[in-house]
Amino acid sequence: MQKYLVRRFLLAFVTLLSVSLIIFIMSRVSGDPRHIYLDDYSTQEDWDRMGAVLGLDKPYYQQYGIFLKGAVRGDFGESVREARPVTDVVIERAPATLLLGTVAFTFSLLIGVPLGILSAVKRGTLIDSFGKFIALIGQSAPPFWLGIMLMFFFAVKLGVLPPYGKQDWNSIILPAVTLGWYYAAANLRLVRSAMLDVLDSEYIKLARAKGVNSRTIILKHAFRNALIPPLTFAGVTLGALVTGSLVVETVFAWPGLGRLAIEALFAFDYPLLQGVVITFTLLYVTAAFVVDVLYAYVDPRIRYA
Amino acid sequence: MATVTRVNTETVLEVKDLRTYFRTRWGTVKAVDGISFDLRKGETLGIVGESGCGKSVTMLSLMRLIPIPPGRIVSGEIILDGDDLVQLSEDEMAQMRGKKIALIIQDPMTSLNPVFSIGDQVEEAIKIHQDLPKRSIAEAALQVLRKVNIPAAESRVKDYPHQMSGGMRQRVVGAIGISCQPQVLIADEPTTSLDVTIQAQYLKLLKDLQKDSDLSLIFITHDFGIVAKMCDRVAVMYAGRIVEHGSVRDIFNNPSHPYTEALLASVPKMDRDVERLYSIEGQPPPLHNLPVGCSFADRCPSVMDKCREQYPETTTVSEGHSANCWKLE
Repeated sequence: MQKYLVRRFLLAFVTLLSVSLIIFIMSRVSGDPRHIYLDDYSTQEDWDRMGAVLGLDKPYYQQYGIFLKGAVRGDFGESVREARPVTDVVIERAPATLLLGTVAFTFSLLIGVPLGILSAVKRGTLIDSFGKFIALIGQSAPPFWLGIMLMFFFAVKLGVLPPYGKQDWNSIILPAVTLGWYYAAANLRLVRSAMLDVLDSEYIKLARAKGVNSRTIILKHAFRNALIPPLTFAGVTLGALVTGSLVVETVFAWPGLGRLAIEALFAFDYPLLQGVVITFTLLYVTAAFVVDVLYAYVDPRIRYA
Repeated sequence: MATVTRVNTETVLEVKDLRTYFRTRWGTVKAVDGISFDLRKGETLGIVGESGCGKSVTMLSLMRLIPIPPGRIVSGEIILDGDDLVQLSEDEMAQMRGKKIALIIQDPMTSLNPVFSIGDQVEEAIKIHQDLPKRSIAEAALQVLRKVNIPAAESRVKDYPHQMSGGMRQRVVGAIGISCQPQVLIADEPTTSLDVTIQAQYLKLLKDLQKDSDLSLIFITHDFGIVAKMCDRVAVMYAGRIVEHGSVRDIFNNPSHPYTEALLASVPKMDRDVERLYSIEGQPPPLHNLPVGCSFADRCPSVMDKCREQYPETTTVSEGHSANCWKLE
């Protein structure tokens, strides 16, 4: 177990390091940052001084070292647009995205897992068809369209939920549902097929032969095994939900990191964009690590591998 | 040959005219079509036949583990200890499983749940059927694991199935089977996937356990070697029906149904040098479309006209030995 965790942790670390290198290379390939900081009236002297401040006069490997050193201390430079440290801006916006991601993730589990179990246990019934319908919408409707439709129906027509922004507690419902539906659909399908496989297995037959009742068979013996494939997927889901909110945050004007990334992109605020991307990576890697730990907890074959 | 054990005359299990059908898109599959047998205390009954003859469906019917739908026990009685299992509700049946009638299934590699420890899985059966405090349950589980000769049982209870060999896993499955002292233990080809030495050990273990607690065993197999070693009586199944029924001695020395003869002829013999092993020509008839007469007629070397017209009635060959064949008339 310890060996497994250490290995996972090292892997997460390597991922972060690689991403930082990619970001560094891309930022250098995309042009000299001085073009952004300095205007047409700057002199050659300004240019050189700026270069010395940013460390651009040094060779690339040293520049990367400086970048890394800053990154470790949480220093990603200054946002061009907001004229204050990138880290401050990111920290300000991160909670909204984390909240949205967590709520959407919870929603995807609360809808996907029980409905997946029910669809498998009651295969071929009305519940199964209903599950298929929910999954079909979730997997085929693009989030921007789904978001606008939900907005139209619940905010404009019925007027029960706020259409956009982050004011009252209920303003999170529409964006979270929009964001989580796809993953609810994916979880539903995964749990359903895993459950069907498991229910057909010999160890379920043996458990029933021991006299275990149907309820315990499904909730204890089958569920824990059926949890393994969706849990693998959750590593991706959790990360994607926390970071993949660009579209949804834009549609619902949700003041999170996704929208910040779009704003930074349009404002050519590349230190800010860089900070957001690093933050996304960090969140993603953390989520994947957490899921790996859970995975080992559920499946002893991983724990003792 | 089986050592003639003093067989109690008390009947534990009585199966009468059991029929289990499956509805499929090709029609109704009569997997078990009117079988009757009884099982006495401390006795071992072998059910023999080739793949698809209804052995395993018989076993699943006795446990009431037929997947419904498409399967259904259409008629018949399974009387165990005064109760007709066919008539019990699902909850009542769950109470019976493991406690009065238990099962050892074929494949030890897949029959234990991979995410629970060995100890948990043995304890579960005990917990369901016996009202014991937690510590006693653990102690009882340990005891039963020792009974099936798991070395260092106290440390292995924490192990997971993937940490054990096939033979060890099958012992655990056996331990689960006997954990609540059932009256009837059904073993569905329990040694098929074990290698020969482990197989021999396991069979000896089952025999010992049986002697210890006067257990009645139903042994489902296609291996006549195992039948000879383990069973007191044998029922030969073909196409969902029992075609011959008798003591091991009767079946081996005086096989009366042509199918039994053919089965015995196809067993390889060590002391005879043959170029090719004997095999029965043709295939068993499809169970959704059984012929009118005897279902073995098409493969039978001594087929008569009558065989194709009517299913043969049960004929008594000698005391406790009967077969369904027109040539015995």
